Amino acid sequence: MILVVVEHDRGTMSPATWEALAAANNLGEVHALTIGKAADGLVEQISVFGATTVHQVDDAVLVDYGPEAWGAVVAQAATSLGPTMILATGTDRGNEVMAHAAALLDLPMVANVVEFGDDHLVRVRWGGSLLERCSLDASIQLVTIAHHAFPAVEAPVTATVSPLWVELDPALSRSVIRERVERAAGVTLSTAPVVVSGGRGVGSADGFAPLQELATSLGGVVGCSRAVTNLGWRNHTDQVGQTGTRIAPDIYIACGISGAIQHWVGAMASKKILAINTDPEANMVTKADYAVIGDLHQVVPAITAEIHRRRG
Amino acid sequence: MRILVCVKRVPAPGARINITADGQAIDTAFLGFTMSPHEECAVEEAVQLIEKHGGEATVLTLGPAEADEQLRYAASLGVANAVLLPITGGDWDPQRTASAISTAIVDIESTDGPFDLILFGNESADSGGFQVGVRVAHALGRPIVNGIKGIDVQEGALMARREADVGVEVYEVPMPAVLGVKEGINLPRYPTLKGRLASKKVAVAQVAPTGEPGGQKLITLMPAQEQVSATVILGNGPDAASAVVDMLEEIGVLK
Ligand SMILES: Cc1cc2nc3c(=O)[nH]c(=O)nc-3n(C[C@H](O)[C@H](O)[C@H](O)COP(=O)(O)OP(=O)(O)OC[C@H]3O[C@@H](n4cnc5c(N)ncnc54)[C@H](O)[C@@H]3O)c2cc1C
Ligand SMILES: Nc1ncnc2c1ncn2[C@@H]1O[C@H](COP(=O)(O)O)[C@@H](O)[C@H]1O
Repeated sequence: MILVVVEHDRGTMSPATWEALAAANNLGEVHALTIGKAADGLVEQISVFGATTVHQVDDAVLVDYGPEAWGAVVAQAATSLGPTMILATGTDRGNEVMAHAAALLDLPMVANVVEFGDDHLVRVRWGGSLLERCSLDASIQLVTIAHHAFPAVEAPVTATVSPLWVELDPALSRSVIRERVERAAGVTLSTAPVVVSGGRGVGSADGFAPLQELATSLGGVVGCSRAVTNLGWRNHTDQVGQTGTRIAPDIYIACGISGAIQHWVGAMASKKILAINTDPEANMVTKADYAVIGDLHQVVPAITAEIHRRRG
Repeated sequence: MRILVCVKRVPAPGARINITADGQAIDTAFLGFTMSPHEECAVEEAVQLIEKHGGEATVLTLGPAEADEQLRYAASLGVANAVLLPITGGDWDPQRTASAISTAIVDIESTDGPFDLILFGNESADSGGFQVGVRVAHALGRPIVNGIKGIDVQEGALMARREADVGVEVYEVPMPAVLGVKEGINLPRYPTLKGRLASKKVAVAQVAPTGEPGGQKLITLMPAQEQVSATVILGNGPDAASAVVDMLEEIGVLK
């Protein structure tokens, strides 16, 4: 049996969990584990992806997400349910919970898997720019799956609900959420349909004004490279890449960005990429769908002007 | 405050990553080395916390003898002590790494006193296992929260802020504590000349690492699949604007 840890926030299931359930469904019989009472209503959504049993855990400690408490639940579920594998989402929370469970169980854990072989796994390194084939020798395999590596294929069944009793040490609530500010609605870097990014080639913080104008005219947002954040021109929340934000817009317009691999992995899920660069050999240019060779300080305002002209 | 920061020496590839013929490592023949940006920020955070609250910071790495470079870089920014757990012949797996680091920490603390705070990167730049810090925290019986983008020291506890998909969460974590830090928590400083000179004189303590291999074993590294697309050059300079807007219309983003 493969046990999938359902990632949810106060009862809202993450889309990454659909992918985890679907990935598990290709491997064998799937059970799901929900943590906290708020998730009790998720049974139907979970069964859409083929889980035949939903194990529900409730405890006063589990009202909100807490890494240690969730990890302890997963570790106890591993012991009492005896799955051959536990799968979680390769998200901040999923990786964190599994690491806690792995530490408690003294078992290996393989993060961000993209492929399950007969006797090996393939996982991503360097945020996705390198693959690793590895073996996993463990009584229970603890695995998280990489973002968007498995399609969320539906396979509806009727699921049985099974309450699971765990004993949680109240000390596990020692790192607890004291405050929570929900994100304001609106376009963010990770969801924007258009992202106009600037790199070192922009030359200054003020140099971003024309990029902002272009982004605004297309209903998009501004992003940047790490060189730019390090120079203090933009906030790190704008950074695209391995240690920044992963984006997937309809079009990514990269201005004055060389296209280092750590930047590229954050942008490669974009549907189309337009590079604007003085250097025709820049990695960003050679990997992009479209390119304009030239000085961004001239090219970007010209594009914005042309958009306004056509709109009249 | 006594703060420990754990960092890992990794290559700094540019446009692409090349793999050695045996598939066991990245070909570093033409590469410089660095640490993960998350870890650079962890070092900066330690230095800032010490500047604010007093005390001393220590940096620790498990890696080849050359990882001396990363330790001295941290020292050049204001970290007082450096510890190297030297290994030869390639990376240790996450369980083994964590076991060696926790044993070394117990060792250091038994002579120099406990660390109030141990900082890790959220994930290492190269292997990205998302686990070494968590394993060390469990081995030491201390709380850990990952993804931290803000630390506020209070009486006996830390308020640690993280940005989740849902918004901002603030955790209260009692000390001694362990935190996994993300880039963006601060803007790391650059070393001063004085700092660089001083770092040359820092004595790097060597601790022989111990730890049994864990259950995850590297078979081979492989290049990630790349979508190869022939780039369409839409033009040169501002004259290309018209062709660009044609393209934007064609793909449906110009509404
Ligand atoms: C572990 C690790 C993680 C990292 N994570 C990230 C990350 O998340 N995000 C990220 O971005 N980087 C990341 N980096 C850094 C990355 O390796 C590069 O250093 C960085 O992306 C370079 O930024 P850049 O392209 O803006 O600057 P550069 O590489 O300096 O490129 C500037 C480009 O601008 C062009 N240019 C100059 N002037 C003009 C002009 N007037 N008009 C048009 N073009 C012009 C140049 O031809 C050049 O191509 C990471 C590095 C490491 C080691
Ligand atoms: N060899 C190492 N030496 C010191 N610290 C390490 C080492 N490997 C990992 N770490 C620390 O553990 C964090 C998480 O690593 P990982 O589990 O590999 O993603 C890193 O950001 C480092 O802070």
